[in-house]
Amino acid sequence: MRPGTLPRLLYGTPNRPASYAEHVATFGDLTARADLLDELGRAGLTGRGGAAFPTATKARFIRDQRGHRKFVVVNAMEGEPASHKDALLLATNPHLVLDGAESLARAVGARDVVVAVARDRTTTVEQVTRALTERPDRGIDLELQTPPGRYVAGEESALVHWLDNNESLPQYRAHRPVVLRLEKHPVLLDNCETVAHVGLIARYGADWFASVGAPGQPGSALVSVSGAVEHPTVLEVALGTPLAQILAAAKADPSPRAVLLGGYGGTWLAARDLAVAYDLRSLAERGATPGAGVVVVVGRASCGIRETQRIVAWMANESARQCGPCAFGLPAIAQDLARLRDGGGDARDARRRLEQRCGVIEGRGACRHPDGVVRMVRTALAAFAEDVADHEAGRPCAGARAGATVASVPRLEHERELVWE
Amino acid sequence: MGVIRHGEFVLRVDPVQCDGFGHCHELAPDLVDIDEWGYPIIRREPTPLADHQSLRSARYAVRGCPRQALHIERVEAPAVPPRRA
Repeated sequence: MRPGTLPRLLYGTPNRPASYAEHVATFGDLTARADLLDELGRAGLTGRGGAAFPTATKARFIRDQRGHRKFVVVNAMEGEPASHKDALLLATNPHLVLDGAESLARAVGARDVVVAVARDRTTTVEQVTRALTERPDRGIDLELQTPPGRYVAGEESALVHWLDNNESLPQYRAHRPVVLRLEKHPVLLDNCETVAHVGLIARYGADWFASVGAPGQPGSALVSVSGAVEHPTVLEVALGTPLAQILAAAKADPSPRAVLLGGYGGTWLAARDLAVAYDLRSLAERGATPGAGVVVVVGRASCGIRETQRIVAWMANESARQCGPCAFGLPAIAQDLARLRDGGGDARDARRRLEQRCGVIEGRGACRHPDGVVRMVRTALAAFAEDVADHEAGRPCAGARAGATVASVPRLEHERELVWE
Repeated sequence: MGVIRHGEFVLRVDPVQCDGFGHCHELAPDLVDIDEWGYPIIRREPTPLADHQSLRSARYAVRGCPRQALHIERVEAPAVPPRRA
């Protein structure tokens, strides 16, 4: 593959999985390289699941753990309703992901690779199954597992706990970093897209990887754009691409009200902040992160508070209900947002309570689920400050009652319907 | 006991274990506040181990927790004077 070109991860025909023969014809044979982790470090690859942690550091940490057996887990759970990147990646170049997983397994001394795909994504499950059967055996044991499709089931500790104990519940970790363990053996867990990047770096090296992207922010990333766009799409962009250019490529509303970045636990960027490059450093200056590569565009016809409320109501329902502040706090926040959305007498109280409750809930769960919601709500209050003021004054915007809702929120399931096993 | 202790401690709660009984707030009101749903909000700043009163109430809280969700954790004070040069 020539340096400096895109797409890389999505090379080929979208939604038609490349067979193994085609895959080798496009990308070439994968030869094991002894210095893979150094190469990953030199490439500056960071995790694409949301935390953007340096992949090489994490892999070295697991490599240096003692243990005669280790696991590599590929996290393709993709619980974000607005994210479709992992599904598209597995539907286009499944073998690239498996190559990356095998390379990582060799580098950290693991013999087993587990690919985790939510079981309600039946097409992806089929595609991965087919890829696994047609792949020649290369001494690493590859396996597909299908945990339930809950939002928190893709959280790393919840995923490993499901693999270990058949329960998709996040685990309390008093000290970090922590070594996740499957049958007491150390686990290296990486996002599906991250692993696919590893598959490319293992072939072409760090310099090739950095031939695309901004200085200090090398490489490309997958972005799922949805909301007020012509069609929801997944784009592969070079890091450092202006956000406006990404929005234009997705044919988004030319004058959006705001954009939700990162995911449903991400940050809202107001329209005035949209002149920003899409990379870690530039977004951090606006208090945002690329997160899991989710971009939701909210147009003038929609009400940002209503969108936030719908998302929070769903996120509250997706809580594993293990920790009190999350189990009780998130529904309370959703209720406050509903009052604010409807405007009128309670709105001012609701807003005050919202701010107070956000402060109370933050940092008190076993996982970061409540923290993400709090971040999203806080940035919503800032990004939609004028709308909030209108709602408080009893003049809710037109979109608050009727009109299009743009954030894709699945049906709210009853607590009894939620499957955790 | 009876030893001059250097360093500081914090209380830590395992939020998964905690069911919001609220005993910790009763037993160590200085260290544990409580939210509107009855779950503990632990004071984040470390307390010196030399503060016997606080350490004792923290121990009461740990023992009094019906879910055994509380732990005392020692944190190193930033500047521990060396015992002998």
